[in-house]
Amino acid sequence: MNFSEVFKQSNQLCKVSPDGKYLATCVQYRLVVRDVSTLQIMHLYTCLDQISHMEWSSDSLFILCAMYKRGLVQVWSLEQPDWHCKIDEGSIGLVSSRWSPDGRHILNTTEFHLRITVWSLCTKAVSYIKYPKACQKGIDFSRDGSYMALAERRDCKDFVSIFVCDDWHLLRHFETETQDLAGLEWSPNGCVLAVWDSCLEYKVLLYSLDGRLLSTYSAYEWSLGVKSVSWSPSSQFLAIGSYDEKVRIINHITWKKIAQFEHPATVESTKTVYKEVERRPAVGTDEMSLHNITTGSTLFNTQSKYEICSLPVQIPVVKPDPDRANPKIGVSVLAFSSDNHYLATKNGGFQVHSLNWHCSDNSLILLGKEQLCLCYMETDEEDK
Amino acid sequence: MPESSLVKDGRSSSVEYGASPLRQFSQSSLLLHRNSYMLGTFCTEHNVQQCLSHINQEISSLGLPPVWTESGNSSELNIVAVLNCMYDLIQLHRRGLRTLESMEVEQLKSSSNIDHLQLTITRLKEQLELSKRENTGLLERERQLQLKAKSLQSCLKNEKEEVQKLQNIIASRASQYNHEMKRKEREFNKLKERLNQLLVDKKEKKQAIDVLNNIGRADGKRSLWKTEKTEAKHEGEMYKTLLSDYDARQRELVLENAELRKVLQQMKKDMVSILSSRKPAVKSDKPEHSGVQARSEEEEEEVFDSSKESVELYCVHAREKLTNSIRLQWRRLKSHVERLDSQASLVQMVESKDTDAVPQETQEEEMDRLKLEIQQCKDFIQTQQQLLQQLSSPCDEETASLLSNCYMLQEKERLGEEWKTLEEQRKIFERERKNFTEAAIRLSHERKAFEEDRATWLKHQFLNLSPFADSKKTPLLKSKSAFLISAETEAPEKLIKCHSDTASPTPRCVPLASASTADLYRTLCLIPENSSVQPKTNGEHVEESSMFCGDVFVQHQQWEHSEDHTPSQEKNSSI
Repeated sequence: MNFSEVFKQSNQLCKVSPDGKYLATCVQYRLVVRDVSTLQIMHLYTCLDQISHMEWSSDSLFILCAMYKRGLVQVWSLEQPDWHCKIDEGSIGLVSSRWSPDGRHILNTTEFHLRITVWSLCTKAVSYIKYPKACQKGIDFSRDGSYMALAERRDCKDFVSIFVCDDWHLLRHFETETQDLAGLEWSPNGCVLAVWDSCLEYKVLLYSLDGRLLSTYSAYEWSLGVKSVSWSPSSQFLAIGSYDEKVRIINHITWKKIAQFEHPATVESTKTVYKEVERRPAVGTDEMSLHNITTGSTLFNTQSKYEICSLPVQIPVVKPDPDRANPKIGVSVLAFSSDNHYLATKNGGFQVHSLNWHCSDNSLILLGKEQLCLCYMETDEEDK
Repeated sequence: MPESSLVKDGRSSSVEYGASPLRQFSQSSLLLHRNSYMLGTFCTEHNVQQCLSHINQEISSLGLPPVWTESGNSSELNIVAVLNCMYDLIQLHRRGLRTLESMEVEQLKSSSNIDHLQLTITRLKEQLELSKRENTGLLERERQLQLKAKSLQSCLKNEKEEVQKLQNIIASRASQYNHEMKRKEREFNKLKERLNQLLVDKKEKKQAIDVLNNIGRADGKRSLWKTEKTEAKHEGEMYKTLLSDYDARQRELVLENAELRKVLQQMKKDMVSILSSRKPAVKSDKPEHSGVQARSEEEEEEVFDSSKESVELYCVHAREKLTNSIRLQWRRLKSHVERLDSQASLVQMVESKDTDAVPQETQEEEMDRLKLEIQQCKDFIQTQQQLLQQLSSPCDEETASLLSNCYMLQEKERLGEEWKTLEEQRKIFERERKNFTEAAIRLSHERKAFEEDRATWLKHQFLNLSPFADSKKTPLLKSKSAFLISAETEAPEKLIKCHSDTASPTPRCVPLASASTADLYRTLCLIPENSSVQPKTNGEHVEESSMFCGDVFVQHQQWEHSEDHTPSQEKNSSI
């Protein structure tokens, strides 16, 4: 694996454009756009303040730079570098900013989540959406970009509003049966909306696109509940990772549990466990066991190597402090492969920031604080 | 006591009645009676000396001074000695009796003691028994109580654990709540500060957007006004997506259902075949199988029926019939296997265990596998039944209208296609017609030319009938073609005139140069009959060689012959 030279960036703002041609990085108050193949600087834009958030539009023509402290959003165009756009939220402040799926509207969430302002770049029109909810994931766009689901809270009750992204017309507005809605996510086919409660109650509700409640799922009571939720790409399965270190999978026909995976401290049932052993004694071991992994080989840098451990393997578990809120136990990251065959999960307090599958589904990339691990998977299918 | 024993020995004869007189011994009156009785037997006049010596011996053996000494021959007894002796003997006797009495008393005492002790023994034994039983009872109770105590302890442990768990949960929830509360309080404080700041701060920065120029929409279309129509359109689109999703799902489920049904049918057939193949073997066994036979015959009928009804399995009754028949088969198969199992076990008990174990195990495995499969199939069928019911429930009006549009769509498309083909055909016909007209025009020109030529030829012929026109024959023949060419290359005005004349759909009349006489007519008529008129497939290729007689009708007929393959429309529009 070859690596390029190191480029400076701030705030971990470094994104490749959706069409894969450009790479944008933010350095303090500058926005640098490079060509992906040559890594030459194509454009250089200067914003008015340090950039807090940067996002590409869906058609890769515009880049949004938000400066939360100043309450400003600046939009830059790749085709016309002279074109500029500045949105000033004024005294109402800015907490988050994002593109709409069509790449022509910007949704700004004001401070204290007072409202969401929808700015149109086509018509300079403004729309307001009141009472958005401040939660883990309060807003989600469907995959085809036609609908937006927004969590709202009025009078101590949770509501969900579904908007049509074409003209921001409110399609449906209904109350949800949650105590304290923590997040919502569209299924990839855009027909079902999964809504889950905060960790104090294990409750996952499934709503149809037209607002009907299809089903409720609750695995247990009282203990801390749902930590992460992920749909399979075919919309057939919903994986729910919870604080009890288990992943439960429910199917889209009956909305009942069909499988449950555990993360025991002693690994016995998987095929292979790889343990990274570093020659430098300072850093400890970092290991991971994946479900359904058969065999594989990994690439590594010269300083560490992997050895195969014989089962059963004891995974070193760090017991989190029970007195602190949001403890670092439970399944926090779920990632389905795009062919629906594999599910990768991260349990516990391991220092893994992200799990991503390669689009060809033969490898998994793990990003840790200081490490990058690429795991290839070999299936035991016989060819021919 | 030697004395008493001697007394007993001496008086061996008196021992027999020794016991009873003991009681009456205190009565001295009877003493003499005894003694006299005894004396009578012991001593007689004859053996006095012997008796005396005997008694002496006896007395001396008793330790008393002798009664009689052998000093003198006198048979007189020393009376004093004898009385003393008697007195001694009496004392001895009394003493003996006294000891006897005391011994008897002692004996009585001891026997009563013995009795008493025996009684106490039995009592104590009973008490012991009782206490042993009590002991065992108490031990038993203790054991039960110990068990209870253990179970209670385990319950207690469980409860404690649960309490601990609940406490942990409460603690974590409490920490979560506290955290949330602190967060909210912090936010609240921020809000307060902000509010203060805003109240104090006079200049309010307004929201504004500053764009260089408006950019077009991503999809290039113009944005629409928000009207009811757009809202309805959105609703419609939303329902369309939902419906298409349900459609796709239903199709998948129908396919799955069909496959499962096939599997079930297959299983049923297999089971029936297995059971029916057993029939001849079963006949020889027990009589209860006769019922099975009758039933298996019914099964065969069922199998035939269901194979015919495979298409009709989409209704509820047929489905239930299938599942019921499978259940029935399964039960029979199960009973059969159980019977085999019992037979096998019986055989096993008689024979060695090696032979039958393996097939039994495999059978059992097969059974288990089949059972599992059937259970899975049943579950699938149930879920699908539910879903089908859901889907077959009535939809809204909007969806109904959408659906009705869908039905018409297919026909509309078909109609459109048919129109297209018809249009194409029409174009083809137009082209053909044009070709026809052109050909007809050409033909008419040629005909015209030919007519003229013929007219001239006839003229010449006529003239040649006269004896003077021999020299002009050959140039005329040559000039025929020249005439044709010249006729074609003549001024198009003539042709146009011709064409305008013939444009009407009325039967054509071809101007003839001359043909007034009957002779001419006949000769003319003869000529076209002789000439070859080949029937053509298309009217385009009417041969120039056809010579026309003056009669329009005949021409018309010929024209029609040559054109008989073209549609009737063309006939009308041709020349």
